Formats: sequence, structure tokens, C-alpha cells
Amino acid sequence: MPDLHLDGRPLSVAPGTTVAAALALGSDGSARTSVSGERRAPLCGMGICQECRVTIDGLRRLACQTLCRDGMHVETRP
Amino acid sequence: MSAHADVLIIGAGPAGLSAALAAASDGAHVVLLDDNPLPGGQIWRDGVQAKVPAQARQLRDAVDNHASIQRHAGTRVVARAGASALLVEDAERGWVISYRALVLCTGARELLLPFPGWTLPGVTGAGGLQALIKGGLPVAGERIVVAGSGPLLLASAGTAKHNGAQVVRIAEQAALGAVAAFALQLPRWPHKLLQSFSLFDPRYRSGTRIIAALGTDRLEGVRLQRGNSVEELECDRLACGFGLIANVQLAQALGCALGNNAVQVDAWQATSVSGIYAAGECTGFGGSELALVEGCIAGHVAAGNRQAAQRLWPGRRRWQRFADALNMHFVLDPALKHLAEPDTLLCRCEDVPYAAVAAHTSWREAKLATRCGMGACQGRICGAATQYLFDWQPVAPRPPFGPTRIDTLMQLEGSTQSGH
Amino acid sequence: MNPTRVADVIVIGAGIIGAACARELARRGQQVLVIDAGLHGATAAGMGHLLVLDDNQAELDISRYSVRRWRELGPQLPDDCAYRNNGTLWLAANEQELAAAEAKSVNLRAEGIRCEMVPGHALQGIEPILRDGLHGALRLPDDGILYAPNTARWMLDDARVTQRRARVTELDGNRVRLDDGEWLSADAVVLANGIQAVDLCPELPIVPKKGHLLITDRYPHPVTHTITELSYLTSVHNTSGASVACNIQPRPTGQLFIGTSRQFDNLDPEVDGWLLARMLKHAASYAPGLAQLNGIRAWAGFRAATPDGMPLIGEHPAQPGLWLAVGHEGLGVTAAPGTADLLAALLFNEAEPLPAAAYSPRRYLGHSGEPAHA
Repeated sequence: MPDLHLDGRPLSVAPGTTVAAALALGSDGSARTSVSGERRAPLCGMGICQECRVTIDGLRRLACQTLCRDGMHVETRP
Repeated sequence: MSAHADVLIIGAGPAGLSAALAAASDGAHVVLLDDNPLPGGQIWRDGVQAKVPAQARQLRDAVDNHASIQRHAGTRVVARAGASALLVEDAERGWVISYRALVLCTGARELLLPFPGWTLPGVTGAGGLQALIKGGLPVAGERIVVAGSGPLLLASAGTAKHNGAQVVRIAEQAALGAVAAFALQLPRWPHKLLQSFSLFDPRYRSGTRIIAALGTDRLEGVRLQRGNSVEELECDRLACGFGLIANVQLAQALGCALGNNAVQVDAWQATSVSGIYAAGECTGFGGSELALVEGCIAGHVAAGNRQAAQRLWPGRRRWQRFADALNMHFVLDPALKHLAEPDTLLCRCEDVPYAAVAAHTSWREAKLATRCGMGACQGRICGAATQYLFDWQPVAPRPPFGPTRIDTLMQLEGSTQSGH
Repeated sequence: MNPTRVADVIVIGAGIIGAACARELARRGQQVLVIDAGLHGATAAGMGHLLVLDDNQAELDISRYSVRRWRELGPQLPDDCAYRNNGTLWLAANEQELAAAEAKSVNLRAEGIRCEMVPGHALQGIEPILRDGLHGALRLPDDGILYAPNTARWMLDDARVTQRRARVTELDGNRVRLDDGEWLSADAVVLANGIQAVDLCPELPIVPKKGHLLITDRYPHPVTHTITELSYLTSVHNTSGASVACNIQPRPTGQLFIGTSRQFDNLDPEVDGWLLARMLKHAASYAPGLAQLNGIRAWAGFRAATPDGMPLIGEHPAQPGLWLAVGHEGLGVTAAPGTADLLAALLFNEAEPLPAAAYSPRRYLGHSGEPAHA
């Protein structure tokens, strides 16, 4: 069971769960704050729209195309 | 770090998997790339809440067991690195792959159009929701409205229902006549989950379009219009997409000719650029059977085996006929061009409202003045929307073909001066 | 031909130079017609850096004057012009560069430009993105940045300025011919179309100097100044080959612009991956953290370069009525106010706001308009 941290809070998910799904399992589902301050959540689910950009262990990645791994630190408010 | 392939294939959906096996069977050393964590593309997307059909599993296993096929997951193409080489990156590193032949199986994405409230958390594409659910998104007990246009709405609703959601409405904008004509083709449509939803289900409404997503910080409901009557429904998610668009950016960047917004190919699945082939949805919509045979043809030709490719032409013709029969029905109502209000965001990456963009007369002018299309999606969402809304022609993409780590881009230093 | 008189002044080119000239002329009561072919030159592609450069007196004069004028204008610019007075930091990577920075600071102060030396040990305190071991920097706090395309559009938004989308195919003093064959005239014509100027006046010694830029995704990093290197100065004045120089600019959006490069003899608008890579490596050698950031777009543009790097501002010696405002190399956005004010002063025979001789077209075209140098 991957154990990760989402915005500083611990979360356990089933193996094979995407970070996009983890956002909803562990929080309100949102991934980032837009230019004008709106919270945004995954939209296209397939790596195109860039709405699900999160910071994972210091790198900017797409949540919908990233599987949760043990020890990951995911931030939606960097 | 660099690598070489006889045949480099971009995309591990039905077309790409099939191309890989065909080329490998001809003795080619194959490298197969896909940007998702697991192979299968969209229609065979795998994940913790996915059910992959047996045929898909067989193909994937065959690919992974084949000694001459090297598959890289989570890998995307970011730039040309020479006349026959591409710079790619995954989560850890970037590297250059040179090739003798290239097969593009980049598939399709959804057309997403702006309407009031579409940026609220809780609003996704129709195929988008399906993809997210397969990746583990919890929807049990949630009320879902599926809207927009096309057969994907039914597939999306089926996946949602199968994972415990309550689908309260499927709002298809096409008129009843068009939907009925499509229904006649339904028994052949390969997706089993479609049978979860009959088109005569009272929750399925034709001639109905989304006009707004409602809520403050997150989606709380939707407003739908059918004829002159407007209805508001409470819901937790809205899955809304307006049909498919081929993913042609990479083909375009490599100089391949397009036709009908898809990659143009000949009987050998060859594009207008020597050594580059294309197969599957990126060459025109046709479903998985057509993608499989196209991929097979492309793989054989890329590996130099035209005989084997030509034997597949009758099979391709057969599936093409079915595909043509399916494709015509879901024309978009021009009213969809007027869903957005002046302050509805059109460019989601840069938060540019519709009115600011609509004040210009071309994609390039709008981009320079408003920064619409200058964000991370590189205009894939807003560019497709403005193409539909205003008939603006998008421009050929430049590298990097998506957000790319700077240390990956540094690997272009050794690439040849003329990449063309 | 029977030209139609369409304005007091025709300006060819709606980039930052043409826009600034049009605005200044309109301010003086002139009716201005700005003709633009829609090709989007350096104004659309560049960094929008407003900086004082003192490599020679002419460069110092026009940049000092112009940066001051931008500081006056800045507060009036709307938000979408993204004007910021964020300062420039010139990095010294070794003792020679530090000595050059010290000399520069003495010179600049003598010329009335605010600047201060920042010791090596204090650099990461003001710009944490910088690597260890830099010897120091020279800080010019009055430099700035802006978004040039919108600034040009704002400058053209004036009741006395009309714009027309058309291509000029021929020039004859104060007359211009459009691609539909029509001849237009005015009291004066101002040529401000950058590298396209040679299409109309092949005798102008202007060559395109290609440059690359990359912009990153938005990050919450605290980069404040436009960060550049002192060896940048050597790169600017190369007359052949390809070179790169470190230039990191924080956009108000939280994105970083990363530049710069210079190439001659290359008219291809496509990005040269090998040079982009070299440019990024070089910038990351000053700011290693750049390597982990995502670049979301890269592009190339062309600067209009003269042999001595100074623009041509003044009347064409062989074509009375035709005035030149071209050849600004990488200093076009900065020098726009100075160019406009100087051009207007020359047009109306007024006191020159800066010494005009260094920018005179006669230095290349001679007094009869023939190229003075082969």
C-alpha cells in the first residue's frame, strides 16, 4: 500500500492509484491554484490540459499520469 | 544517454502495441514509448479501477515478453534531436533515441469547450472522468451528470456507474434523429460497458446541452437546456466532452501533412515525411479494431515487410467501412459556440476570459495580446476551442512539445544543426 | 504616381519603436498613420528588459535617457504591460569580471546612474537561486522590465494615431507604396520596421541577429532582479558565430525567462535545439536550480543589428522626407523613448535630447546616401 504525504498529511492508497485519484482520496481533489486564484482539479485525465500539475518531491509533474509511490511528498500549494 | 531503434513507436494504445509486435516479428529492434504509467492508450487504459479486456492483456503481455521490444512507460517526446532522432523524457531522466523508422500512434483527445463554471473542481471531460476513475478516483455514491456529445458519453457513464456512481443524466447535444441513426450501429460497438446504458434509458436525453456548471468553490449542480426549457440538477461531478480531436501536434512538428485535422497517410500508413508512419485514432477515428490493423500495417512497413502489410489491406478496408458508418452522427450544434459568457475563462492556463480573446481576429494576435495559448498546455485545450469557436488555424508547434525539465533540454547540445 | 496624402506622418512598423515614435508625434499634435504588415518582429519575441548599458558613450546616452523616461511612463502603463522596476544584477564570476564591475560602477556613478557593488558573500542573500562562489555583482536598481507587445499596443491607442494592416513595397522620400499598388504620402515617413527595413532600403547595414528564449512554468521562487553576466558584453558585440550569455528574468507571473543567444547568418525562425541547450546549460552554471524547472515554451527571434551596434536615427541622406528609426539590436525596447524623442526633435528642428551624431544614418550612408563602407 503506497504511503505518501499530500500537502503534509499522510495518506495510504491502493497500489496502482494515480496521484490524481489520491488528491480526491486524501483532500478535496484539487491540484493547483490558477493564475487568478481559483483552485483547479484534473480535467482531461490524460496528460494534456496541465490542470493537474502538482509538485512531487520537488519536481513539477502531472498527477493524472503519475502513480503513487511509497514516501512521495505531493504538494498542491507550493 | 542515447539509444537506437530500428522502429520507434510513439503511443502504446491498440495501434502502437500492434505496430510493435508486427515490426518485431519482422526482426526489427523496436522501442515503444507511452506517456501514461501503463500501456493501453485510452480505450484499453489500465489502472487500479480498470478492467482491461482479454485481447488487450494478451497484446500487452506479448509486447512485454518479446525480446526485441523495449517499452518505456511514463515517457514523452519533447523535441527533435536531429534528422532521425527524438529527445524524450520520463520522471527521472531525458535521453535521445535515434531511429530508422518512426511510427506515430498518438491517438486522440476530447474537444473541451468553455461554458460558465467549466473551471470548477468537479468538472472533467467525459473521457477524462473515465480515465480518472480507472486511475482510482472514488465516485461511489456521487451524483454524476455526463454531457457534451458522442459515444464516449455512454462509455463514461458506464464506467462511472460500474464504480458505484449514480448517473443522474446523460445529456447528448445531438438531436434524436442523429442519436437513433447511431443506435442502429450500437450492437457492433466493442465496448461492453455501453450495454449498461440503453439509449432509451430515461436518464439519456438527446437534444440537450450543458449551459452552465454551478457552484462556488466546487461543482454543486448543472444547468441544462433542451429546446426552450432549462433544467437545473444537483450533482457532484460533471463529465463533459464534445467529441474527439486527433493528437497531431507531434506529427505536425515533424512536418507531416494533415488532412481533416488528422495525420494524412497512404495505403502503407506512410505520412508525407519519408520514414514516418502513423496509425490509429491520430489518422482518423475508427475504434480499436481499425487501430489494430492500421498499427499492424504500419509496423510491417516500418520494418520493411510490405508483403505482410499488403495482406492486411482487406481487413483494414472492412474495419474502415464500419468506422465510416459510425463517424457521421454527432455534429455539434452551432449554439455550442455561444455557451461562454464574456467573463468565462477560455484559456485555463493563463486565465484569459472569452471576451479578451474574441476581440482579436487570429490565433497569433490573440496569443500575443492576451497570452492565451502561452501557458503549459501550449494551446492544446484553448487552441482546439478557438479553432471550433472562431475557425482560427493553430500554428505548428515548436519544441519543447510539452513542459520539459531544463536538464532534459540540455541534452540537445549534441544534436545536429539542422533537425529538418 | 499620384499619392494620396493620408497623414502628417506615416510610420512603418507597429513594434515598440514605431509605436513610441507614433505616440510622441501624436503628442505633438501630428496625425499619424502606422502601417504594419503583421509580421511581428523583435517586439513580440524579446525579453522586454529595460537596462542601462555603458559599453560606449552612445549606448549609455540613449539607454540612460530612455530608462529614465520608462520610469516616468511606467506607473501609467496598464497591468497587462507588466512594468516592473526590479533592477538588474550583473554577475562577476571571477576576479577580472569583478574588477570590470568595479570600473563600471565608477563610470556609471559619474554618469549619474545609481548602482552599488554586491559582495560575493551577500549574493545568495538577495538571490538564493545563484550558485556558490560568485565573486560579486553590480546592481542597477533603476532598471526594469515590461511586456513589450502590449506596451506597443497601448502607445498606439491614441486619437491621433490610425493603424493599417498593409505591406509597404516601395519607398520614395515622404511617399510609400503598398502591396496593392496604392501610393500614400505624408509630410514625413518614419521607417521603424526592424530587420524588414533592408527590404525597402537595401543600402542599410542591418543584419538579423537571431536569439533564443525559453520561459518556465510558474514557480514560487523568489527571483527579483534580472540576472545577467558581465561577459554578456563580449557576446553582444561579436560579429560572427554563435554565442550565449546568461540572462534570467523573473516575470511578474512567477515564470522565469531564460536567455540569451546570438547567431549570425541564420534566417530560420525555428528553434535550434543545440543552441537552446547550450544557452540553458550556461544559465544553469550560474543558477543550478534552473535544471529542475520545467520549460514550457521556447522560441527564436531576430534583432536588427548594425555594425557598430547603435541604431540609425535620423533623415535618410539620399531620401529627404524619409526618416530612419531602425537597427536597435538588443536594446530596442529600452531605447524606444529615446529614439522617439530624438526623432521628433530632429523632425521639428528642436534641441536634441541626446547627442544625435552617434546614431546618424550618415555614418554609414555618407552624405549622398551611398554606403560609406563597402
